[in-house]
Amino acid sequence: MIRNQLLICAGGACITSGEKSVKDVLVEELARNGIQDEVQIIETGCMGACDLGPIVVVYPEGTFYQKVNVQNAGLIVNEHLVKGRTVGGLLYTEPTSERKAQTSGDIPFYTRQVKRVLRNCGVIDPLSIEEYIARDGYFALGKALEMTPDEIIKTVQDSGLRGRGGAGFSTGIKWKATKDATGSPKYVVCNGDEGDPGAFMDRSVLEGDPHSVIEAMVIAGFAIGAATGYMYVRAEYPLAIERFEYAIGKAREYGFLGKNILNSGFDFDIEIRIGAGAFVCGEETALLRSIEGKRGTPSIKPPFPAQAGLWGKPTLINNVETYANIAPILINGADWFRSVGTSKSPGTKVFALVGKVQNTGLVEVPMGTTLRELVFDIGGGIRDGKKFKAAQTGGPSGGVITADYLDMPIDFDTVKEIGTIMGSGGLVILDEDNCMVDVAKFYLGFTVDESCGKCTPCREGTRQMYHIMERICDGKGQHSDIERLSKLANVIKDTSLCGLGQTAPNPVLSTIRFFEDEYRAHIEDKKCPAHVCKHLLTYSINPDKCVGCTACARQCLVHAITGEVKKIHVIDQSKCTKCGSCYEICRFSAIRKE
Amino acid sequence: METRMLNVKINGRDYQVPDGTTILRAAREYAKIDVPTLCYLEGISEEGACAICVVEIKGARNLQRACLTKVSEGMEVWTNTSRVREARKLNVELLLANHPKDCLTCERSQNCDLRELASELGVREVEFPRTRTEWLPVDNTSLSLVRDPNKCVLCRRCVNVCAKVQSVYAIDIMGRGSNSTVSTFLDEGLGNVECVNCGQCLLVCPTGAITERSEIPDVWKALGDPDKVVVVETAPAVRVAIGEEFGMPDGTQATGKMAAALRSLGFDEVFDTDFSADLTIMEEGFELIGRIKNGGVLPLITSCSPGWVKFAETFFPKVLDHVSTCKSPQQMFGTVTKTYWAEKMGIDPRKIVVVSVMPCTAKKFEKERPEMKTAFHYWQEKLGLKDEEAFKDVDCVLTTREAAKMIREAGIDFASLPDEDFDKPLGESTGAGVIFGATGGVMEAALRTAYEVMTKKSLAKLDFEDVRGLEGIKSADIDIDGTILKVAVANGLGNARVLMEQVQKGESPYHFIEIMCCPGGCLGGGGQPISDNPDIKKKRAEAIYREDAGKPIRKSHENPEIKKIYKDFLGEPNSEKAHHLLHTEYCDRSCE
Amino acid sequence: MKSLEELKRIKEQTLKAMDLRQAKNRGKVVVAMGTCGIAAGAKDTLMAVIEELEKANIHDVQVVQSGCMGLCDREPTIEVSMKDQPSVIYGDVDDANARRIVHEHVQGGQVVAELVIKRGNI
Repeated sequence: MIRNQLLICAGGACITSGEKSVKDVLVEELARNGIQDEVQIIETGCMGACDLGPIVVVYPEGTFYQKVNVQNAGLIVNEHLVKGRTVGGLLYTEPTSERKAQTSGDIPFYTRQVKRVLRNCGVIDPLSIEEYIARDGYFALGKALEMTPDEIIKTVQDSGLRGRGGAGFSTGIKWKATKDATGSPKYVVCNGDEGDPGAFMDRSVLEGDPHSVIEAMVIAGFAIGAATGYMYVRAEYPLAIERFEYAIGKAREYGFLGKNILNSGFDFDIEIRIGAGAFVCGEETALLRSIEGKRGTPSIKPPFPAQAGLWGKPTLINNVETYANIAPILINGADWFRSVGTSKSPGTKVFALVGKVQNTGLVEVPMGTTLRELVFDIGGGIRDGKKFKAAQTGGPSGGVITADYLDMPIDFDTVKEIGTIMGSGGLVILDEDNCMVDVAKFYLGFTVDESCGKCTPCREGTRQMYHIMERICDGKGQHSDIERLSKLANVIKDTSLCGLGQTAPNPVLSTIRFFEDEYRAHIEDKKCPAHVCKHLLTYSINPDKCVGCTACARQCLVHAITGEVKKIHVIDQSKCTKCGSCYEICRFSAIRKE
Repeated sequence: METRMLNVKINGRDYQVPDGTTILRAAREYAKIDVPTLCYLEGISEEGACAICVVEIKGARNLQRACLTKVSEGMEVWTNTSRVREARKLNVELLLANHPKDCLTCERSQNCDLRELASELGVREVEFPRTRTEWLPVDNTSLSLVRDPNKCVLCRRCVNVCAKVQSVYAIDIMGRGSNSTVSTFLDEGLGNVECVNCGQCLLVCPTGAITERSEIPDVWKALGDPDKVVVVETAPAVRVAIGEEFGMPDGTQATGKMAAALRSLGFDEVFDTDFSADLTIMEEGFELIGRIKNGGVLPLITSCSPGWVKFAETFFPKVLDHVSTCKSPQQMFGTVTKTYWAEKMGIDPRKIVVVSVMPCTAKKFEKERPEMKTAFHYWQEKLGLKDEEAFKDVDCVLTTREAAKMIREAGIDFASLPDEDFDKPLGESTGAGVIFGATGGVMEAALRTAYEVMTKKSLAKLDFEDVRGLEGIKSADIDIDGTILKVAVANGLGNARVLMEQVQKGESPYHFIEIMCCPGGCLGGGGQPISDNPDIKKKRAEAIYREDAGKPIRKSHENPEIKKIYKDFLGEPNSEKAHHLLHTEYCDRSCE
Repeated sequence: MKSLEELKRIKEQTLKAMDLRQAKNRGKVVVAMGTCGIAAGAKDTLMAVIEELEKANIHDVQVVQSGCMGLCDREPTIEVSMKDQPSVIYGDVDDANARRIVHEHVQGGQVVAELVIKRGNI
């Protein structure tokens, strides 16, 4: 008889922070107390609050224990499960009210969210197809197989679902175009090549709820008339691959994949294709080439994959999050889906909330949620009481949303208007300590590295832009550099072959638009206002504060600091490498960074 | 079905263009506007890589590639707006930023697409610095081709020609982004991979990134050496193309001027590979007849084209017994010159330098094959030569382009030269030898001889139209007095592969197959002048067939000098001596 | 798997196993698991409550543990709070009494008067 269930978050972040050892301790302690048959341990997918991990939730109470480690994990067994006493020290303390949260329902990070895509993540055992079924899994497939393909497509179209991969193209129109296209066989492809730095939405879905994607792909196959599906997932996601592969096996065993699915006469199966870690393979035409076993380079559209995709055949390609929306839409209907979100961007969006916020992690909110809600309510505000500066969205294809737009409802169209994109959902929060030129340089550097090299503007142009960004950060910027960057950016956008190149200049253009003064400070005053760009920094010693403790001089590896005990120290600027270690070690705040 | 005509506006003017036409073609053919491109080759390289051909289309957010975008009804295209001009110019500037600035001394300084484009677009300065940190090593491993990746603009034409036209896949893009290069498997170099030395990549390269391994210095050296007897032979396809190098119209028959120019350069004897082409027909024709009569391995496949031979050795080593054992005309010529002719003239073969002018880069590889030292073996015992004194049958190979360069360097006014004849006896040839230069030519020449030899009757009509033309694979049933001979002709190795897969499976229905490595045959060879005329192969082929039609003798077996060489020296076709001197063997290169 | 009926059957079966994770609205049984409670046999009480609920197929009542309620001489103690009714604390709840409380109070709606220590919240 099971009296308690312990759900341990086995998402990527929690595994990294020691989930497996925590689990071992729990197993051991349960055995030591002789209650191993009364308490069941279940590993789930990502629960979202990644910086609180490892997370253990005790049911039936729903007690939410955070930052559990091997030292304190035993308390959960010995106190909570044996003695019925909540382990207060492991509860989450709400920073403003300092109230301890008993369950996730008491934590604002969770209460503000609407979990549709992540409905099962962190709730079920991703390895258990039965638990997926218990949460209405595969009922949408059952329903779909009793509908006509046109009815399915109409439902998807009526829902207004837009592709969650970045550009926000209507999913229903894509399905219809693929169904209507001539050519056979047709294919269903899932784009799981999530490559934006800092993004892990799709990984979490694949790890935490793989069947939601499988079910949707089968439905898509039935709707467009395909018998084969490909899941393209990057090699950097071994756990996602493992769990998805396991889920495919289970789905076959249960007859949701294979021949004559649910006695409908419909056959469909899925193969996994593992990407070798090229960002450009997230671009759909490059991804399709990669599945074909060729070098993953993009090709011009049209023809679109719906007309000529895999091996030249009509191919439906959607991303993981898009597919994860399908089953609930079919079960609950298009109107239900439209009940949250904005009129043109209905539904929810999963964001990977990272950067300078208190609570980082995976969050799902209705489209139209403001950045303020995301940063300050769900994210708990900026760390260390610093000032919010901007949010970077859309990864290397996107741009920034500034404080002026904190109250703007975020959806596909509003972000576009201010020069960024929704992207796949990376949301990096920046504070006053972030240099916007440096941030733009980082994203541009990513595209330079990840450009496939096929077309001139992307291959050569981004490299030249990066060169200019580098010199600006190095204090060698020229007065015409902003103009030169804009000129290059416009031609790269205008003439690149694929979305990667066409959007590569966005981080630079967007930061120039909102933070031109910071660029000018770098170029004209040779100053980095955020004190980030090393070459534009000067470390010096404030004689009023220096007590002559010699700590800095001893720390300095290049012997740039001289001074005797109890005498004021001096930094030799010609030797200083600006490593910042004196700044870190000084206990008297005597080192100035300017 | 009739093609629908679409109404398209180009730069504000109305045109009617067939459905399915690209904007590029519509602009060039209908509006007479040349939209420039560095990477596009219709049907071969359609990648949209260079981003030079961009045009503005009303309603489109971004500029579109004219090469890949098809016209649609009511489309409004602008090819010459400032937005278009600026984009093209900037993209050329970006390419120039990392391109070596050695245009003055570059091999392609006179016909570089990149340089021309920069000039046309008015690029006067490049405001961007070089961003590649290192110069890449030049690939010198091939006996035929030199690749300088620093001059490469990554247009991918070479990659696509090698893969799609030749099905060799010797080169591909390696690395990513701004570090990408065109290279070979593991950067081993062209000489160490499956490259067949055909030089088709060179012909399509817009810059000087691929050039031939030049043998001009060796030839100058030989010509300047009073102790040497320097003999030149010219392949059939050279005479119909070399005029292009001197501004003569495409398809000019420049045979007489070429002979005069070579003589003027100082060659002691100006001979003709057409002679050994006739000799090849004798040997190969009799080999075919023998195989048919004696139930030998069929189909018999021609072996004139060294690129094709290497292709067979690399990709089809199990069926090499189908390939004729005859040496190519170039190699037969070298052997005959250094044996028969040397003996006849009483010249020490070691003093003879055989230079061949070829439309081909693979010939540079062929002459270096270790087995191509037959004349040396012929003389070794007679003259008591040591092994280290071995000499090649053919010493130097010049491409058509290299020969033209030497003629220019010598200041010879090629176009004004009076026509001259080849020297005797190895300059005597027939129309059958001439047509070797076009795809189907070897087949036609062989059929002319085989028919008459087998039937002992005279052919009423010498033209075998079924095997002429530039189509990739041609086949015909030839009625030889009641016996049906099934023949096929392939040009371009992609087409050869199709026929060879049948052969390998034992499903080939043919008796005799002609295969030429290059599209169009030798007239489209990798050693030919680089031309931007899309109809160039047709023009050269017409010239070849005109040359044939104008020859007094058009059948190899009727060449008086051929009759003579058999009578005086070789005996019968396929005699033991002929076998020893004029035939060769092949090796399995599949594991190299 | 060939039919929706089969699918539904799996759903029902699995839901039972996932029962502990479901929100339950009809009521709650709290078993005091302080040292005193455990010494008096609270763990057997806890298991008896869970088992009996399961036998009676009651899935909308939550069983949770707490620490000592402060009534150490009457251990094991349990608190039964059904929706819209004042909660009742029982003492001396051994295995048999626990099963009786489940039957009479939770299932039947009748407070087991002789075991009651206190009615209403502590």
